[in-house]
Amino acid sequence: MSSGTPVLDAAAQRMQLADYRAADLKLVPTRNGFGEGLIEAGSRSREVLGICADLAESTRFEGFKKAHPAQYIEIGVAEQMLVAMAGGLAAVGKIPWIASYAMFNPGRSWEQVRTIMALNETNVKIAGAHAGVSVGPDGATHQAIEDIAIMRVIPHMTVVVPCDSVQTKKATLALSEMWGPVYLRFGREKSAVITTGETPFEIGKAQIFREGGDVAIVACGILVYNALIAADRLSAQHGIECRVVNNHTVKPMDEAAIVDAARGCGTVVTVEEHQRQAGMGSRVAEILAQRHPVPIEFIGVDDRFGQSGDPFELVEYYGMGADSIVEAARRAHERKK
Amino acid sequence: MHSLTAENLTELKLKANDVRQGIIRSLLAAGSGHSAGPLDMSDVFTALYGHLMRHDPSNPEWPDRDRLLLSCGHIAPVRYSAMANFGYFPVEELLTLRKFGSRLQGHPERVTLPSVETTSGPLGEGLAQGVGMALGAKMDGKDFHTWVVTSDAEHQCGLHWEAVLTGAKFKLDNLTAIVDRNFIQIDGSTEDVMPLEPFAQKYRAFNWEVFECDGNDIAEFIATAERARSYKGKPHVIIANTIPGKGVSYMEGDYLWHGKPPNAAQADEALRELAADRERIAAHE
Ligand SMILES: Cc1ncc(C[n+]2csc(CCOP(=O)(O)OP(=O)(O)O)c2C)c(N)n1
Ligand SMILES: [Mg+2]
Repeated sequence: MSSGTPVLDAAAQRMQLADYRAADLKLVPTRNGFGEGLIEAGSRSREVLGICADLAESTRFEGFKKAHPAQYIEIGVAEQMLVAMAGGLAAVGKIPWIASYAMFNPGRSWEQVRTIMALNETNVKIAGAHAGVSVGPDGATHQAIEDIAIMRVIPHMTVVVPCDSVQTKKATLALSEMWGPVYLRFGREKSAVITTGETPFEIGKAQIFREGGDVAIVACGILVYNALIAADRLSAQHGIECRVVNNHTVKPMDEAAIVDAARGCGTVVTVEEHQRQAGMGSRVAEILAQRHPVPIEFIGVDDRFGQSGDPFELVEYYGMGADSIVEAARRAHERKK
Repeated sequence: MHSLTAENLTELKLKANDVRQGIIRSLLAAGSGHSAGPLDMSDVFTALYGHLMRHDPSNPEWPDRDRLLLSCGHIAPVRYSAMANFGYFPVEELLTLRKFGSRLQGHPERVTLPSVETTSGPLGEGLAQGVGMALGAKMDGKDFHTWVVTSDAEHQCGLHWEAVLTGAKFKLDNLTAIVDRNFIQIDGSTEDVMPLEPFAQKYRAFNWEVFECDGNDIAEFIATAERARSYKGKPHVIIANTIPGKGVSYMEGDYLWHGKPPNAAQADEALRELAADRERIAAHE
């Protein structure tokens, strides 16, 4: 294929994506979108609270604390308290957002999440920061790569993993206004901003970011960008055209979009910064096994723990870089024959 | 255990200085990590490895060794630097801190570096494991001691207090908790974020024997720890009052140094200060 940047395809235009191939693509941590969204949610409703467990700056609570001091609560290093107390506040009409590192909330507080938020059906919102191996040098103890699994298995829970900071902001607002227990997952590092203010967002509605009929790449979180880059390479170097689906809502998953992708392409690659077991891709497999079986390849961490290292060095090492996606898509394409 | 001589004390002070220099060097090389806690606990770790603990760097798996648990894993640089300076591994290895493939993970991991005894980082989990080790020692009639270093903000975690209850129930007088009482945590002063005072009274009410000392005075800490270790009938806690960032003047007392490393110029300045300190210690005695 010749050089020269291909223009965004019709799907990307429909989604009003940013030019993600541009050299000056903006890089912003997804957690910033949470911080911005929360400030606005707090303005729209005085019932929205921000409850912090000694991680104000990392979880991007600082702006909310400044803008809405009366709606901000600091409780120290106490993640189980975070959930249980929020349950109480929700029971008297508040809309509490509780934030920590995903490893500690919902990691440490899982039984409280299950009982108090879900079984007891309360309107508590969890923001799980520093998800994935891209946490980097802090190492395995701080890299949540099991959180999607433990949250998607809980009845009544809504689980959202937005693809960039702009979408994280929209998700924060939408989840604030939706009734029910939710889990919003985001990351620490700067990552590509591929959507714009005009890109639509609806909880439970997967988005087609690129059209193609050979392989469907179903991704969530910051790796949607890697999926788009991989799709470009697959087209240019291997003549394989991919549909790229931003599957931001892991629960309830957009089953129709998943089945449609499998029907349209005949094979699927799932991509997430999470254990392959029991994550977003596993849910895709559950849906397709029942409704439209096709070959599936899974991109994610293969039953291992993370470790210290440079964030994107780790993404590559654990097989979640664009090259790994290219290889998986080629395997998926082969398996179709 | 021999008592502390003047020469011993000078030697230990020099070691604590080496430990601090190792912390600064490793944090600079890592480009991320925690400064304040590691620096303020350098005297305690030097006292533990250099005088108080029964241990053998050439035989880290010795079954009768004292167990030292670092519950607040984020201050790992002080433990790594102390271990290196007391012969567990080459001091040069400190420069691999937080890098891909290193044994010196951002938070300590037992599987990669067994002599750290357990994996930590998620706060509030160390004392409970220390209770298990101390109880196991009693069951087997073993005489090793279990030391648990814990931060003040960990006392906001429920599990820590479950461990305090349990330690008292089993009268674990072979267990000593050491609290880094530096009054800081990430979001500010512990007393603003979630007040811990009256701190000593809480432990007393839970049936622990409470000792308090200047955690940046090696001689005082050793004397206190020896009294604690020989106290019978209850578990003990030493509230070690420390100054966050101790030894590097521009960091001292500032909570903002909880979780960031010095840059090159700041590290230079810190190392110059520490080198001057070292000369003073050597000249004095
Ligand atoms: C369960 C858990 N929640 C949150 C964190 C994030 N975190 C790291 S250190 C810290 C608190 C720091 O205060 P302190 O423990 O007193 O250590 P110091 O700053 O004095 O070194 C927090 C909240 C964590 N490591 N574990
Ligand atoms: Mg502290």
